[in-house]
Amino acid sequence: MSNMNMPSWGLWLMALGLGVFVTMLVISVKRHRGVHRSLFAWPYSLWMIIFTVVPLFLIAYYAFTDAQGNFTLNNFYSFWDSNFEMKKQLSDMGFDLAEMGLNERGTVNVDTLIYSLWMAFKCTIICMLLGYPAALFMADRDFKLGSTLVVLFIIPMWMNFLLRTIAWMTLLEDNGIINNLLVSLGLGRVRLMYNSDAVLLGMVYNYLPFMVFPIYNSIDKQPRMYSEAAMDLGANSVRTFTKVTLPLSLPGIVSGITMVFMPSVTTFFIPRVLGGGNTEMFGDLIERTFLTADNWNVGSALALIMMLLMLLSISLLRRVDPKGEGGSLL
Amino acid sequence: MTKFLKRSYLVAVLLFLYLPIIVLIVQSFNGGVSRSKWEGFSFRWYRELVQDPTIMKALWITVSIAALAAFFATLLGTLAAIGINAMRKGPQAGMMTVTNIPMTMPDIVTGISLMLLFIFTQVDRGYFTMLLAHITFDTPYVLLSVLPKLKEMSRFTYEAALDLGATPGYALRHVLLPAVRPGIITGALMSFTLSLDDFTVSYFTTSPLVQNLSTLIYSETRKGVKPTMNALSALMFVILLVLLLAINYRSEKAENK
Repeated sequence: MSNMNMPSWGLWLMALGLGVFVTMLVISVKRHRGVHRSLFAWPYSLWMIIFTVVPLFLIAYYAFTDAQGNFTLNNFYSFWDSNFEMKKQLSDMGFDLAEMGLNERGTVNVDTLIYSLWMAFKCTIICMLLGYPAALFMADRDFKLGSTLVVLFIIPMWMNFLLRTIAWMTLLEDNGIINNLLVSLGLGRVRLMYNSDAVLLGMVYNYLPFMVFPIYNSIDKQPRMYSEAAMDLGANSVRTFTKVTLPLSLPGIVSGITMVFMPSVTTFFIPRVLGGGNTEMFGDLIERTFLTADNWNVGSALALIMMLLMLLSISLLRRVDPKGEGGSLL
Repeated sequence: MTKFLKRSYLVAVLLFLYLPIIVLIVQSFNGGVSRSKWEGFSFRWYRELVQDPTIMKALWITVSIAALAAFFATLLGTLAAIGINAMRKGPQAGMMTVTNIPMTMPDIVTGISLMLLFIFTQVDRGYFTMLLAHITFDTPYVLLSVLPKLKEMSRFTYEAALDLGATPGYALRHVLLPAVRPGIITGALMSFTLSLDDFTVSYFTTSPLVQNLSTLIYSETRKGVKPTMNALSALMFVILLVLLLAINYRSEKAENK
């Protein structure tokens, strides 16, 4: 490859560590008959430490330090007040902020977070309302199509996610397919793009399968005799659904909520394409802070806040489904 | 009647999911450059695709990274599953927690944390770093698809093989691995498709000089993605579809035997 870079010391160290572990593994497997197989997990443990645990500590490190590497909490103040750094610089230079009328809090970051949570919430609800009936009908034994339908839901995800989002642009834009259709039907053009509804549509489109699969699994898993027993005992189909099928599919719903809500809070790219410039979400904010504003410290603080929110919502959801029965895609 | 309603609902949802894909495939046969105007059927973009060095290079990077990452992730993940399965409860729970971190972490945090790691260790971002990142997010999926297969197995099968005189290596190859093969294949396929489609993590762990298809599309979004890209993705889509049908057909035949 043209850019196979010469690894520097850090990389050599990692390679060396991995090499030592693999050699140890080979030697112990060859020499001892009863070598404990738990040794096989060591390369993976090492890998996870280097590429998951250490990077997370790096985020924490950058979040709690300033550009000079000194400990500070300013990055978190910057989350609360996006003008914090500018105001600090100005007041360090001797300007009187009150006099300049600059005392106001910059609310961009907090507003973006709230907006993202709200959008993710709406997206999750819509996915659930759309996805639950779909999963229920898919699991319907009369169709005998369940597994084929699962494949039909997976196939669209093979098309590149960016291209699929851009294809929505072709459908929604002012001269797009839908608007042309409306005009040819004698109706006027409608502005469909560059607003938060278009972003929501893109999000629902992207995350819907992640709601359908776990719910489908949890319904499909239920022994048919449960609902049959309810029917035999005199429940009608609505009552059977509300008293048997729905409660038993709760783990699937929880897992679906996790799999839709988590990634949709950090949605990145969709708002930029379908929302135009004015509907930034938290994922875009983090990216912009890192790469455009080149401020890794504040960016890390934002990422850390994001992660804490994720952990919080996961632990809340775990309470509903303590055994993690909902499973995931697997 | 209700059956008809249920069916129409499913068809409607599927139509929603397939609409943009149909649009993409139709566009790839459009003779003109315009996104929404139909200018006659042509193979123009397919011809131009083969002659476009940027796209061909990005395609090569995407596919080779997906293949290499799937290979290493499968190796690492399968070994880890065997190891974790042999552990006692406590360490096992610890390992599972560490495995769950990257799976619950938003992509953007994974990407950024790895970017910080590479910058901190002064490794120039490019092909190699992108590969490392892909192996990192693939491996937990392999682990989680192999581990359940191991749990289904009796704990004593492997030990029985040893007692009957098999060397650990022999027992591993002829007892453990055949039992978990379906899990390994699922994990490998999943890794491959995850890598193929990844954008966010790649975006943060590579340089603008080394682009896979996703980052290339991203960089073109502003000035408009070339129709050749539609042609490529339509092709890839059809290839994957045929592969899937072939695998399905084979497994059905195997079942009928």
